[in-house]
Amino acid sequence: MTALRYVYAVCRPFRSALQAQLAGVAGAPPKQLTHHGLVAVVSTVPEADFAEEPLRAHLEDLDWLTATARAHQQVIDALTAVTTPLPLRLATVFRDDSGVRSMMEAREEDFRRVLDRLEGRVEWGVKVYAEPESAERETADPAATGRAGAEALSGRDYLRRRRTQTRAREDMWQKVAAFAGRLHEKLSAFAEDSRLHAPQNAALSGASGQNVLNAAYLVPRADSEEFVELVDREKDDAPGIRVELTGPWAAYSFTAEFAEEEPEVGP
Amino acid sequence: MTVVERREIALVDLLDRLLAGGVVVTGDITLRIADVDLVRIDLNALISSVNEQVPSPWGELT
Repeated sequence: MTALRYVYAVCRPFRSALQAQLAGVAGAPPKQLTHHGLVAVVSTVPEADFAEEPLRAHLEDLDWLTATARAHQQVIDALTAVTTPLPLRLATVFRDDSGVRSMMEAREEDFRRVLDRLEGRVEWGVKVYAEPESAERETADPAATGRAGAEALSGRDYLRRRRTQTRAREDMWQKVAAFAGRLHEKLSAFAEDSRLHAPQNAALSGASGQNVLNAAYLVPRADSEEFVELVDREKDDAPGIRVELTGPWAAYSFTAEFAEEEPEVGP
Repeated sequence: MTVVERREIALVDLLDRLLAGGVVVTGDITLRIADVDLVRIDLNALISSVNEQVPSPWGELT
């Protein structure tokens, strides 16, 4: 059976060895393939799983996707510890080493340019959630929500209460949106670059509340501690707002200067 | 408000980056991830992140 080459990242040559136990997406350890002074980090993967048809089928399988994404991230993480990797998108596969080499040769200038740009930088993820329930719990008037009150309620009172609740919810949304806007402005001013990801679906993330900001910030590694402190300092004490910080990540969200080969997106 | 620093990486955070980020090069077998119906059920919502130019909920800031 033929083995294909799965490429994780391109980086400049690095001295430190990768951890010995490191396994790639199909279990094989990642290796370095050097071409014109750039290193592609690759591992062999079986054609039975990574040729176009099986790969397409596998990507429909959440368990397979999860395992593959985690293995990919593990390799990138290990690289981040020793260098500044330029991560490639999930499931970039070549027939053999020479395919990888020709790709590197074709994109050499772009790789060098973006690697220079990202050198010594990491990505931090910041998410803001609105938690209307927790805010309502804290602001609710216990007497108004008690059973006795509900029984005595006239239709007009009911409608008035509904309106008040709706208005409170709208105010809350405006407050969270304003908070998220201010936070994003401040963090963007500190960071070298920023990207907005689509807000996450609560059903998928399992996180409570509604995700209103899902942003990534490019920050020099040396300034990371300050960035984390800034996020911490900007926290609002209002109920109903939650901020989550993730990272440091390799600069996944900041590779868009490779726009020439972005897949066309559209309806 | 609380700032939560997560140790375990959430799958959604990872997929935001691995499916919408990272350099796209034409591999011999690179699939256009956007063409694949990544786990039709709920993942569609997530994969919408592959469509760049996410509108911000509070208007233009950047």
